[in-house]
Amino acid sequence: MADATPVRVVLAKLGLDGHDRGLKVVARMLRDGGMEVIYLGLRQTTSSIIDAVEQEDADVVGISMLNAGHLTLGPLMVDALADAGLDVPVVIGGIVPDEDLPTLAAAGVAGVLGPGSPAADVVACVRAAVAGRGR
Amino acid sequence: MAPVADRTVPELVAAARGGELRATARLLTFVERGGDLAEQVAEATHRHVGNAHVIGLTGPPGSGKSTLTAVWTIQLAEEGRRPAVLAVDPSSPLTGGAILGDRVRMAAATAAGVFIRSMATRGHAGGLALAVPGMVRVLDIAGFDPIIVETVGVGQVEVDVTAATDTAVVVVTPGMGDAVQANKAGLLEVADLFAVNKSDRPDAVDVRRDLELMLDLSKLTGHGRPDAVARPTIVSTVATTGRGVAELADAVDSHLEALLNAGLLEARREVRRRAEVRSHLEHLVLAASAAAVEAAFGAAADAAETADEPPGVTARRLAERLLTNPGS
Repeated sequence: MADATPVRVVLAKLGLDGHDRGLKVVARMLRDGGMEVIYLGLRQTTSSIIDAVEQEDADVVGISMLNAGHLTLGPLMVDALADAGLDVPVVIGGIVPDEDLPTLAAAGVAGVLGPGSPAADVVACVRAAVAGRGR
Repeated sequence: MAPVADRTVPELVAAARGGELRATARLLTFVERGGDLAEQVAEATHRHVGNAHVIGLTGPPGSGKSTLTAVWTIQLAEEGRRPAVLAVDPSSPLTGGAILGDRVRMAAATAAGVFIRSMATRGHAGGLALAVPGMVRVLDIAGFDPIIVETVGVGQVEVDVTAATDTAVVVVTPGMGDAVQANKAGLLEVADLFAVNKSDRPDAVDVRRDLELMLDLSKLTGHGRPDAVARPTIVSTVATTGRGVAELADAVDSHLEALLNAGLLEARREVRRRAEVRSHLEHLVLAASAAAVEAAFGAAADAAETADEPPGVTARRLAERLLTNPGS
């Protein structure tokens, strides 16, 4: 059943990466999980994502990366939000080797979802990230 | 500066009036959620509003509303104005979730400094009609002008929301159907002006002709908007290239001017105020009737009586009880 106030998620492809089918599937999963997905689509920058988070008063950011840029762009997004004074968790979806997970966690990435993640896991991961924020 | 979560509503309102976007965004969230905080926001904003030109923009899905809005608002921003967009998309009735995709088409507008807020209809009865006017007030006190409320023109609520603005723009496109379809859609009747988008298509002339015909008939039968200032202007646009968007902007500005000159702007806002009071009242009555029905079927004393009478009779009995004894 619907939440009293749905979680608001900003979803984007950060950087140069033209593969957005995965992100579109995730958008559907989150919508079906009762969330409001603010879909930004391809070729976003940290600053365009921050503009959206600010104006939409979003609870969480989901970025998708299939270009092996996660070790650079993941922490960049986390730091950019922190620098902007926005206490909003970041979840990464895409191709992320297991050995990179501790690095991303240490950098403050709230969750990582790999290929083939079931819808329930995707929704639970985003919910857990938001629960850590509490507002 | 304290984080928005640690500030009171009056503090946020003061910050929003001072141009702080994050305070504005949080106030929009409060209004959208409804309840006590929404009432506090209404209390703190309603005396300061009335400076913004509120524009409704609606049309069928895929008619190019977001693309049009992006080009239009970028032009407004370049002229030194501070446009804001409230983009409404439907929630899924099954899960309550929504995919709000308007920003995809408006990335360039965001970059140009246009404030965009996406909003889901959130399914609850009349919720949109309650939340939109309150959110428009927040954008108004934050100094945005004009404020464009963009909705998919599919339901009565969306049509009502569009009609409850200073200037209602309806976007139509070639291939929508013939004049008969145009007459069927109640949405065309609320328009103060039309944008025929995708007008580089060969059949755009047919759309224009059908609209002109419809307006001729409305004039003959007197079925246009009662508070119209003039026959609606029809502007041809191609949102993807920007053609005609400056003309659309001019036509919208001219409409506001015509309303002011005719002394109709205040009258329209008065109608809007009444509609909003009615929306709130309906919301309260709906909640009270749902509770009364639950009680009638739940309480043992009532249940036997309820089971024994036709539904309409039960309803009338409950209505009498509600109206004479609103607390019960």
